[in-house]
Amino acid sequence: MEKEIAGKMISVNNEGYLTNFSQWTKEVGEAIALENHIIMTPRHWEVIAYLQNEHKNNVALSIRKIGKSDVLDIKEFYALFPQGPLKTSTKIAGIPKPASCI
Amino acid sequence: MSEYNGEIKKMMIILSKATLENVYAAFVLANGARMEGIEAEIFFTFFGLEAIHKKKLEHLHIATVGNPAMHMPTMLGGLPGMESLATMMMKKEMEKIDMPDVHEFLDIMVASGVKLWACKLAMDMFHYEKEDMYDEINDIITVGDFYKQGAGIGTHMLFI
Repeated sequence: MEKEIAGKMISVNNEGYLTNFSQWTKEVGEAIALENHIIMTPRHWEVIAYLQNEHKNNVALSIRKIGKSDVLDIKEFYALFPQGPLKTSTKIAGIPKPASCI
Repeated sequence: MSEYNGEIKKMMIILSKATLENVYAAFVLANGARMEGIEAEIFFTFFGLEAIHKKKLEHLHIATVGNPAMHMPTMLGGLPGMESLATMMMKKEMEKIDMPDVHEFLDIMVASGVKLWACKLAMDMFHYEKEDMYDEINDIITVGDFYKQGAGIGTHMLFI
C-alpha cells in the first residue's frame, strides 16, 4: 500500500514499514519519527545510520547485537526510542521490522 | 475490553521454577515485552530464586525427568550426567540462535528496564541474603508489594 509521508507517496506494508528503501529520505524518517512521538537529534541519526548499514550488510538485528555493538548500549537505545526501540528505530530507518525475540 | 482497547501495558511475571526452559521462558517474555514498549517485572519465588542467585544462575539445568517433550524414557533421564548432557546440547543450540546465557540475559533485561524482584518469603525459607543475589535486583519484596507494583490498567500476570 501507499502512504503520504513528508509530502511524498511512499510504499509501506500494513504496519507502516517502508517496502522500498530507495524511497527513504531523512525527511521521511523524520516524519515517521514524529508519528511515533520522537524528535530526532544528531545522536538518533547516528543510530539510524548504523542500523541502515547493518541491514545493508544483511546482519539480523536484535537487542543483544545492539548491546554488543560499539555504537551504543541497550540502555541508551531504550532512552532514544522508549516505545520499543528496535521496532521504532527500524521503521524510522526505512528498513524491515526485525523478526527477533531477543 | 474498553480500557486501551485491551492493550497490554504491563507484564507481571512470577517465576517459581529454576529449570532452564522455564527461566528462559520468563526472560524471553519479559524482554520481549520491553521490546514492544510494554513494561515488564519479574517476581522470583521459590526455586525461581536460583535464576538470580549468583552461585547458581550459571548452573541451571533443563529437566530430563518428568518432561515428556524430551522424548526419552524416564529411567534414562534419571541416569547420572543425563541432565548435564541435555543441558549442554540445549545451550549449544541456543548459542546458534543468538540466545544469551542467564547472566547476560539478566544484564540485558536490566538495561532494558525490566524490574527484578526477589520474594521475601522464599529468601527467608532458603536462608538467602541480598548479597547472594544478582547485584541488579530491584529489591526483596512481599507478594503484597508485588501486587501493588502491578496496579494500573492493562496489567497482566503470568505464573511460570
